[in-house]
Amino acid sequence: MKQSTHDQSAPESRVVSVNGRAKWEEATAKAKLRDANFTTLSGSELKPVYGPDDVDLDFDRDLGHPGQFPFTRGVHPTMYRGRLWTMRQFAGFGTAGQTNERFKFLLDHGQTGLSVAFDFPTLMGYDSDQPHSLGEVGQVGVAISSLEDMELLMDGIPMDKVSTSMTINGPAPILLAFYIACGENQGVDPTKLRGTVQNDILKEYQAQHAWLVPAEPALRMITDAMSYCAEHVPQWNTISISGYHIREAGSTAAQELAFTLANGMEYVARGVAAGMDVDEFAPRLSFFFDSHLDFFEEICKFRAARRIWARKMRDVFGAKDPKSWMIRFHTQTAGVSLTAQQPENNIVRTAMEAMAAVLGGTQSLHTNSMDETLSLPTEKAVKIALRTQQIIAEETEVAHVADPLAGSYFVEAQTNRLEEEAEKYFDEIASRGGVVACTDAGYIQREIHRSAVTYQRAIESGEKRVVGVNAYVEDAGAKPEIDIHRIDPEVEREQCARLANLRERRDAAQAQAALDGVRAACRDGSNLLERFITAAHAYCTLGEITQVLRDEFGEYKEPKIL
Amino acid sequence: MAKRKIKVLVAKPGLDGHDRGAKTVATVLRDHGMEVVYTGLHQTPEMIAEVALQEDVDVVGLSILSGAHMSLFPRIREELSQRGMGHVLLTGGGIIPVEDMDELHSQGFAKLFGPGTNTVEIAEWIETEVEKLWSEEGAKR
Amino acid sequence: MRDPETIAAKLVEGDRLALSRSISWAENGDPRFPETLGRIWEHVGRARRTGITGPPGAGKSTLVNELARHLREDGRTVGILAIDPSSPFSGGALLGDRIRMEDRTSDSGVFIRSMASRESHGGLARASVDACDVMDAYGFDDLLVETVGVGQAEYDVVGAADTVLVVLCPGAGDGIQAMKAGLLEVADILVVNKSDLPGADRLQTDLEEATHTRDIRRDGWEVPVVGVSAAKDEGLEKLLGAIDEHRAHLEKTGLAAVRREKRAQQVERVVGERLEEELWGSNGLGQRVDSALNEGSTAYDIAETILEDVLSGKLAALGRDSKTKAAR
Repeated sequence: MKQSTHDQSAPESRVVSVNGRAKWEEATAKAKLRDANFTTLSGSELKPVYGPDDVDLDFDRDLGHPGQFPFTRGVHPTMYRGRLWTMRQFAGFGTAGQTNERFKFLLDHGQTGLSVAFDFPTLMGYDSDQPHSLGEVGQVGVAISSLEDMELLMDGIPMDKVSTSMTINGPAPILLAFYIACGENQGVDPTKLRGTVQNDILKEYQAQHAWLVPAEPALRMITDAMSYCAEHVPQWNTISISGYHIREAGSTAAQELAFTLANGMEYVARGVAAGMDVDEFAPRLSFFFDSHLDFFEEICKFRAARRIWARKMRDVFGAKDPKSWMIRFHTQTAGVSLTAQQPENNIVRTAMEAMAAVLGGTQSLHTNSMDETLSLPTEKAVKIALRTQQIIAEETEVAHVADPLAGSYFVEAQTNRLEEEAEKYFDEIASRGGVVACTDAGYIQREIHRSAVTYQRAIESGEKRVVGVNAYVEDAGAKPEIDIHRIDPEVEREQCARLANLRERRDAAQAQAALDGVRAACRDGSNLLERFITAAHAYCTLGEITQVLRDEFGEYKEPKIL
Repeated sequence: MAKRKIKVLVAKPGLDGHDRGAKTVATVLRDHGMEVVYTGLHQTPEMIAEVALQEDVDVVGLSILSGAHMSLFPRIREELSQRGMGHVLLTGGGIIPVEDMDELHSQGFAKLFGPGTNTVEIAEWIETEVEKLWSEEGAKR
Repeated sequence: MRDPETIAAKLVEGDRLALSRSISWAENGDPRFPETLGRIWEHVGRARRTGITGPPGAGKSTLVNELARHLREDGRTVGILAIDPSSPFSGGALLGDRIRMEDRTSDSGVFIRSMASRESHGGLARASVDACDVMDAYGFDDLLVETVGVGQAEYDVVGAADTVLVVLCPGAGDGIQAMKAGLLEVADILVVNKSDLPGADRLQTDLEEATHTRDIRRDGWEVPVVGVSAAKDEGLEKLLGAIDEHRAHLEKTGLAAVRREKRAQQVERVVGERLEEELWGSNGLGQRVDSALNEGSTAYDIAETILEDVLSGKLAALGRDSKTKAAR
């Protein structure tokens, strides 16, 4: 893209452009500028305009074609012409039965994949009737304490026809076991099951904080799941390496990019250390990113992610299968960008973020609902969020062209910058002993916290303006006129009753034997996912299984960050 | 006599793991000259009240985004009372609908702060309220 | 619970609120504290006091937690004082050590108090000794005082303990920094934490070398270097053994004398702090200094005149009249 200094063909244009540049600089040096920070949302300086001097682009090295190394332009040759991104709205609340109804509602309205949100007790590996769960059952997601709940969740939904994403981490392999067992009970062979478990424990320690056991046993559970699925559930994505939570915890775009990919590389290293060939499991790794309000920074982030990963997988890990080089990712629009004030504005924010994700080439997308700062979304709000994606797909025509922004001086310069910043972080993390060491020492958490505090200060000083919060503010005392979705306390009672009943009906000896099998595997290194599936079929509860893990491996304790 | 500082406990009750707000508020309060004890995540009501007692705090600030506040907050207040710490300024924030805030006020909670609150506002409010408490107590700063 | 008599009585009965409140009084220099201490003084002296210091990131809080756990298993009760630096800009502090001691919160045999270093350098050591005296009187068998080893104030804090542990960990050139910062001089026991990490053996050897080549201590104690991994609960028994040995050594060589010396230091601190308050508190000295400076006097000239007045009793503020006390 850079003009060759030996270009003899248009000497006049070269002279004109030099004059043009000087004149432009003169004009802007004297111009009055508006009172704003000219930076990205993450705080990186932006130039007023970008040109050929800002980027040194080699098409084959840096871009390539869609579906070809280094995948900057997308992971499929046809991109959205072949298939649109999956419209996958995250849902879950209350009982499995209630969630099942919401799933059917969404599928009827055109959603193409299921995404399950779990309640906090489930996320932390507790049964609905354990003391820690008091007041929390069904609040932020669905309560799943056993295979029975999973069966209710998937009732009437053909598990060989849908792809299901389960957002669960600490106890993820156990929930996966419930899902596999549920499929088996429906008569669906595990080889037909499609979906993802998030199962990304490193980012839990760093950002989302729904952890269970310490890092080493947790990583072992992850590699057990990878190897089991590689053999028995080949269409399943065993891990969704996530940046979303890191971003929501307050990181910058570069940090989201760097920490996510660093975590990813750690998982790959662990998989290889566990004896698998990298091409055995790498094709099934998937990613999950945030899409925030800085339109261009986000698009560039997605492009940089694909390029970095491709280079690392091929050149550092020596993967041979092109599928191992590709980042396939899900995106969620940024929850933290939503405001409680003037909630309807959130529809607009979400639309911008969704557009950025599409222009960035995401494989699937969740759009937030406008009322989510106040509680779980109502049916009306979630429908609008889904329609947002459908309008982008059907009416804006952006899905006809792959990577439409490539070649823009600005976009390519930003993509390069983000890649450089990520590399700096990779070096820093390596010098500090690797990702696990950095996480145990709290380095990553402190970086995120620092960015969060910087951002908060910028908003409170007015430097960063947010509509409805510190700009165009309306009556501060007014109650928002939005229906809030409330969880009925009856949910908790129902769950507890069901659990009590389950424990009575099941074969106690079979359940105990299954738990003993889990304990044995903890000690002798046998595949834990296999034992979890046995325990699932015996109707052992989530809490019972995690208690064995807690006994054997201990509980994770967070480091001192503040 | 050494200068008395406002001592605040910032706590995360329940299973909610979102600590960005709590840590930000803790940092801002520190920047306003307060001494802030941060408990970390996953605290039970008993643990929170026990820490408040051991640290002899002036303020207990609870941060929760999981919807479990109506079950956890009253239990925390009860545990504090039982330990003789019923006098503390009890506040909090996160995702708490306005109707629930009203109910919690009637149970003895002071002002509660929703999403988008300016953290400096929180710090200044705490300063004012604690000054009031102290002058009632008769102690000088 | 507002008066010294009630607080003192309740404290020795085992009331935790009274304990907590009296520590606050000590911290804030509350005028009710001296009397309170007087009333519980006979109960002070039984507890074994151990100071734990070292650079940030060495894992001290985790170590303190593990030490407490082992002591509890031995049936001993533990009082913990965790000190963190105050911000020099705002005067506030983030007290986050107890996050690593979370499992002790539900243990009724353990009491944890966080304390900020605050602005005055003498005040911190004085307040921490007061806090320890109060916890001692309450009846704890062991007191653990944790502080970040970054300056003289912090060394004074741990110096007031019977046994001082300096905790280092491999990486980041800790060994050399420690030697430069004077931490070695403070240590009765050197601890290499995170002993499973690369560089731990090297650090251990370096430290053993350093203590060996130094002059023998006046009291004849040879400083051991103990490798532990607090996070993995390894080496703790050995460390507790070293603490026991040091204790035995102290008792053999005269613990009472050592303690009296440290007690004398506390008297110096209290006197010094009070003098400073009285001097600069509320007798217009600041104004007098200002005027003298404006006239062109040097700091020494001004100081000379002040000292003359102080020593000859001419400065009214040094009288113990009630007006000044009330104005404080």
